[in-house]
Amino acid sequence: MEFAEHIKTANVEDVVLRQPLQPPSRGTLCITGHHLLFSDREESDSRQVLLLLRNIDATEKSVENLTGYSGFFSNASHSERMSGSSGTITMKCKDLRVLQLDIPGMEQCLNIAHSIETLSCLDCVSEMYPFFYRPVELSLPEQWGLSSPEMHYSQMKELYEKWRLSTVNRDYSVCSSYPPAVIVPKSIDDDTLKKAAKFRQGGRFPVLCYYHKKNGMVIMRSSQPLLGANRKRCKEDELLLQAVIEGSDKGYIIDTRSRQQAQQARMTGGGFESKSFYSRWKRFHRPMERGKALQESLIKLVEACGDESNNMDRWLSKLENSKWLSHVQNALSTAGLLVECVERDGHSVLVHGSEGTDCSLLISTLAQLIMDPCCRTVEGFLGLLEREWIQAGHPFQQRCAHSAYSHARLQQESPVFLLLMDCVWQLWRQFPLALGFSEALLLRLATEVYASDYGTFLCNSDQERCALGVKERTHCLFQALLRPTQRDYYSNPLYERTELAIWPSVHPQSLQLWKGYFLRWTQQVRHLEEAQEEIRNMVIEWGKLACS
Amino acid sequence: MEHIRTPKVLHSMVSSVERPPTTPSGGQLILRCKDFRIFQIFIPQERDGLDVHASLARLSRPEKYSELYCLSFNPNVNKEEREESWNFIDLMADYKRMGVPNNLWVATAANGEYRVCDTYPSELFVPKSATPTIIVGSSRFRSRGRFPALSYFHQDTLAAVCRCSQPLSGFSGRCQEDEMMLQALMKSNPGSDYIYVVDTRPKLNAMANRAAGKGYENEDHYTNIKLQFIGIENIHVMRSSQQKIIDVGEMRSPSMTDFLWGLENSGWLKHIKAILDAGVFVARAVADEGVSVLVHCSDGWDRTAQACSVASILLDPYYRTIRGLMVLIERDWVSFGHKFSHRYAHLDRDPKEVSPVIDQFLECVWQLSEQFPCAFEFNERFLIAIHTHVYSCQYGTFLGNSQKERRDMRLHERTHSVWPQLWKDRGEYTNPLYKAELSQSQGVLRPNTSPYCFKMWKGLYNHAEKSTPPRQSPADFLSAVREESQQLEEELTNHQEVPPGGTAHHHHPGSRQEDRSPDGEADHLGEDRGSPEED
Repeated sequence: MEFAEHIKTANVEDVVLRQPLQPPSRGTLCITGHHLLFSDREESDSRQVLLLLRNIDATEKSVENLTGYSGFFSNASHSERMSGSSGTITMKCKDLRVLQLDIPGMEQCLNIAHSIETLSCLDCVSEMYPFFYRPVELSLPEQWGLSSPEMHYSQMKELYEKWRLSTVNRDYSVCSSYPPAVIVPKSIDDDTLKKAAKFRQGGRFPVLCYYHKKNGMVIMRSSQPLLGANRKRCKEDELLLQAVIEGSDKGYIIDTRSRQQAQQARMTGGGFESKSFYSRWKRFHRPMERGKALQESLIKLVEACGDESNNMDRWLSKLENSKWLSHVQNALSTAGLLVECVERDGHSVLVHGSEGTDCSLLISTLAQLIMDPCCRTVEGFLGLLEREWIQAGHPFQQRCAHSAYSHARLQQESPVFLLLMDCVWQLWRQFPLALGFSEALLLRLATEVYASDYGTFLCNSDQERCALGVKERTHCLFQALLRPTQRDYYSNPLYERTELAIWPSVHPQSLQLWKGYFLRWTQQVRHLEEAQEEIRNMVIEWGKLACS
Repeated sequence: MEHIRTPKVLHSMVSSVERPPTTPSGGQLILRCKDFRIFQIFIPQERDGLDVHASLARLSRPEKYSELYCLSFNPNVNKEEREESWNFIDLMADYKRMGVPNNLWVATAANGEYRVCDTYPSELFVPKSATPTIIVGSSRFRSRGRFPALSYFHQDTLAAVCRCSQPLSGFSGRCQEDEMMLQALMKSNPGSDYIYVVDTRPKLNAMANRAAGKGYENEDHYTNIKLQFIGIENIHVMRSSQQKIIDVGEMRSPSMTDFLWGLENSGWLKHIKAILDAGVFVARAVADEGVSVLVHCSDGWDRTAQACSVASILLDPYYRTIRGLMVLIERDWVSFGHKFSHRYAHLDRDPKEVSPVIDQFLECVWQLSEQFPCAFEFNERFLIAIHTHVYSCQYGTFLGNSQKERRDMRLHERTHSVWPQLWKDRGEYTNPLYKAELSQSQGVLRPNTSPYCFKMWKGLYNHAEKSTPPRQSPADFLSAVREESQQLEEELTNHQEVPPGGTAHHHHPGSRQEDRSPDGEADHLGEDRGSPEED
């Protein structure tokens, strides 16, 4: 394998592994191109740990010379001194686990550390593990994924009258981050779309992402319009938006930037829909944190959770200072505004920020969960993620290259998807009967997005995935999650479908730290899991009795 | 119209009445209650408003015990039932349950007729080697005569939790009998050659007390003790801290930052953590090290009661049941002379005596139940019901400041006990997830007391949401599931044959909350949508 050049030492005996919630164990360590494998020596109760190297966010190593001063003064040969030493590698993972390896022999330790550091952050997507993952019980899927704009459209007969499926982007030439097919107003032809796309950043022209059956109103999303300093306008873009609210008196635009940010964006060629050219659209500015600031928020929160000073004031001030819960509150309340516009006020809404690949997706996804019972089942939710995140072009590769522990300089990392999972968890906690999936599903997704056996979260867009053959050469996570063996674990035993909107409370007291994720390697979370298990058992028991 | 509830508020639950300036539409009164509910009453006529205000102000501040509701409260029970109700909790039976008396601990008659200590119960357990002379001598050397006595005996390790008040040592005072008393405590645990003395006060406060002739044990005078300070703040700090957390609960639409700052600034969770830490220290010493612990603070009726009762909850699964918690409160709080009437302002007396001491104990239990969802037989409602009755004066259980006071007032003849009532309603107070055989429920609870394990007790302090119908509750649903499962099981065992078209139904039990429509919460979504931008 081409990874061999990075592996100078593949096996080490007599290694001690320390991991959370378990006693240290001694055994053999083995490094492969994609994994770290540790197997326990105990014959009776053999334990193995298989860790995807991609999951390792940061490593710290310390080597010490056990022979001490005597070794320093003696004439012992280099190799003797090296063999009398040992080293420790601390591995901080993207799933927030911290593992430690005590490795005999300084050289071996340094070799292992080097392999881990190199192999954990290979850039080449086609060398990543999903392309090598071939479980025996699974053949590569015929059809990849659960949902697509085509399927979405064909299932929604209500759309046919006023909306059409356009394949203007079939070769990704109009918008490189959109899928080949998108849903647009019927009255707008492909030429108009092409021109409108030129007026939107990255070509992300307004497309339909949600149709509210109760009143026929829709949610559209796009990127910012490219007004620039000269306040350019684009007739086609105006026509497209006009067509969206045909037959209604107005529409709303939710801009996820502050008014000032939107103004300033004009200096770099962007901007917002001005009143004079989009007279029937009313605009709200709801600034949301994104990019680097959001990543730093996550880093601070994880740091706070690891604080061992045992001091309440310090904890509360660090929790506040991380701002993570403020971001959760803000995302849920902006999504609430969107739902209010569509469901209560009865108007269509366009959502965008600048690029339209992060906060816009976060808001539209949450709004759909709040409004649409179809999105609240396991399949419905995964389908929603597939449409709104995978195909809509959230740049997973860039956003999730590193997590909270990495020392690497931040580039495009931003935990927008993790923030989504946290917000969905808050919904799940506030409406424990209304969502069809369990907390375990959210935890699994929040983990897989950073390091996975599956190809689902690879690449930044559909175009990239197509070029690399992701759909032909890797397995799909969402399909795996729906296999009968997994399904029970990921479904909510208390679920009962409700047609009503589930309006979350955004009062600070109603929002909590997501312990299941941020404190998942503590004993405390085990008790909560035990309680979930108990709930499951009770419902199963009751179901059996009711059927007998 | 069963959905329309007429709020009934006992006068004794009213903590303050405010009368904001009258507006053209009429006047209003704002009632703040001791269970942190707030009512606004609109009164069209200004005169009426004044009258109501004056009456409420007077009625909510009773001056004499005879004005209290429990002395006129007359549920439909006869004299025998009333007397029976006072025997519902039998402390002697609980001592027996923990294996006392035995060859290490014996009952003492020293405090018969409250001769030695008038704030202690008359029946007490002391080390076998503690003679009446030692007891009396020791009690003279302790604040208010509160000599060391048994709170909980741990059968597994034979170690005990004992309690007392601070020694009157000053800078150099000593007392031979008191030293012998502690020696006797040590000897009554065959497994250990020392005891812990836990002073629950901050060390600085304890040192300051020495100037007033009080203080703490000098380790040079007492052999084989290890002194440990825990640092729970005094009743005055706690009173003002609670006021701050009540204010946090009342904030209308705080930002996350305001809320977390308010929480930090109140110091409340820090105090709750200190109390839980004290309990954890005691429980670990007893269960893990097998060493007996003597707990005290100043007078030994506030922080000491907190630390001892939290330790018992952690040590013994029985106290995590509905009846067990009643027994525990009856022992460590009621019988050992926690000053209920002073602390919870039953009468209009010195406001500096008021402090939320038992509120904090109940909250510690709640925080634990959040950490161990299957380990407690009772739910949050039970804790809140106890909290309410500590303040309500509807029952005689929590009246007065000591057993002696209650006896002198003949409360057993004139009032009712709260416990049988709560027991009767236990269906409502049961945690459906409680499972005694799960590992988290068994034996000693070992909670994590990292700061992130604590959160604000929304059920008690947030009243913006209390007035709206409850949200979806998995607990209520599961209670219904459990009930239906039991019924079905009975049906199955009763008639093995199912009638055709009979019970093979599969519908969800109970009435599930359908409150997924917008609720009436004050700062709910979109309320401040504001107007769109114009440009």
